[in-house]
Amino acid sequence: MAKYSTNEFKAGLKIMLDQDPCAIIENEFIKPGKGQAFNRVKIRNLNTGRVIERTFKSGESVDGADVMDIDVQYLYSDGEFWHFMVPDTFEQYQADSKAVSDVVKWLKEQDICTMTLWNDSPLTITPPNFVELAVAETDPGLKGDTSGGGGKPATMESGAVVRVPLFIQIGEMIRIDTRTGEYVSRVKE
Amino acid sequence: MTENWKPACDLQSLRSRAKMLSAIRHFFHQRSVLEVETPLLCSATGTDPQLDFFSSFYHCTPDNREMFLQTSPEFAMKRLLAAGSGSIFQICKAFRNGEAGRFHNPEFSILEWYRIDYTLKQLMDETAELIAELLGRSDDPAAIISYADIFEQVTGLDPLVFNQKSYAEYAKKNAIEDAILVCKDDHSMWLDFIFSFKVQPVLESKFICMVYGYPAIQSSLARVNKQNPAIADRFEVFIKGIEIGNGFFELSNVNEQEKRFEKENQFRQVKGLRVVDKDQKFLDALRSGLPDCSGIALGLDRLLMVIDDAELLNDVIAFPFDRA
Repeated sequence: MAKYSTNEFKAGLKIMLDQDPCAIIENEFIKPGKGQAFNRVKIRNLNTGRVIERTFKSGESVDGADVMDIDVQYLYSDGEFWHFMVPDTFEQYQADSKAVSDVVKWLKEQDICTMTLWNDSPLTITPPNFVELAVAETDPGLKGDTSGGGGKPATMESGAVVRVPLFIQIGEMIRIDTRTGEYVSRVKE
Repeated sequence: MTENWKPACDLQSLRSRAKMLSAIRHFFHQRSVLEVETPLLCSATGTDPQLDFFSSFYHCTPDNREMFLQTSPEFAMKRLLAAGSGSIFQICKAFRNGEAGRFHNPEFSILEWYRIDYTLKQLMDETAELIAELLGRSDDPAAIISYADIFEQVTGLDPLVFNQKSYAEYAKKNAIEDAILVCKDDHSMWLDFIFSFKVQPVLESKFICMVYGYPAIQSSLARVNKQNPAIADRFEVFIKGIEIGNGFFELSNVNEQEKRFEKENQFRQVKGLRVVDKDQKFLDALRSGLPDCSGIALGLDRLLMVIDDAELLNDVIAFPFDRA
């Protein structure tokens, strides 16, 4: 596996730390005019999702992590595993609940997601930035209210709970930003 | 077409730089300090293992040779001092390989000056006056504190006496336990680690702060203090916690200088860094006699950051490294 020196550190670089694959979020170069240089790095542990800070001596090398992002289509869940397919090759991957736990509420069959592979097995799934889901449950709306002010909670077909404007009804399709979990718009059929 | 042809800083910052440069020149002309120029491209470079240099090849057969972009104008300026120039200042570029970040650009502007017969204290006073004038804060006296005092105040540790166990305990208790693995039994590295991450942030609350009496193991090109051999006659200037400059009561003893070069080269060898030739012209200058003097280098881009109240060095440089 490739080794990376601290002067190759930048946001997005995947390295191994404490036996876990990690992604660098932020890299700060700190050096007294006459003295040792350090790299203070903010890192996300891709296995646990935790963000930690580490300081390295500049010039030190660390192992790269064999981590790769691929586009996959979500197929179905059998209750134990979530199944995905690479559209071009039909190659299939099954992700366990740990890999999908944070995003399962956004998964919709046939949507294209990003899968992060570590040593060729699924580590995390990132849903598309925007998903369109049907409203499964919400309080009856107030007729004529199109202001969107206030809003009410709505449960989606996937189980996600999103704050929606008062006029949204059960059965309607809405567009949601998965990065913020916020309602974007109503989807016109 | 990308936007990279445009300057990274705004045009106001160009004007503010021009104003700063002219104020610096005025300051020294008034004090009869001579402005000089020395080569950026030099036949020798420093041995400091913490500085990585750029090198380049000169092609003109049979005179083909490697040349170095200076990491500071120190050696050449001391050659002028030894030749009898009197007090001198220079505004120039310096180059340091592998240094890039919020406060670093591999090519940067330096103001360096030397004062014949000045004590370190006199140079500290002059530095404070210059900075106060450039920042328009002449009624704001600089805080002056010794390295040992500020280090102990902040950490409770003695920086002059290395006690690995108590340093490690401090690191564990203060969320810098990485230091234990990184610094091991290297006293100087421990000091850099703790100073950078724990002491320097405390200096942010002070406007201009001068820290003097650096540990002798970090004396660089400063003399070791006559009364107390544990410290060096060296100080640093910080503005709002940002390191702006390094000043020395200059080492003039050629044998001591040569020993330091050799020691640094040994260190380079151990660390697998390239060993560099000692600058013989500089050593010859010391041999012929460097007058007693104090000197300092200030990072002008950082100073401009303070003047412009900028967040990043790149905010005050027209074409920083990625646009150069």
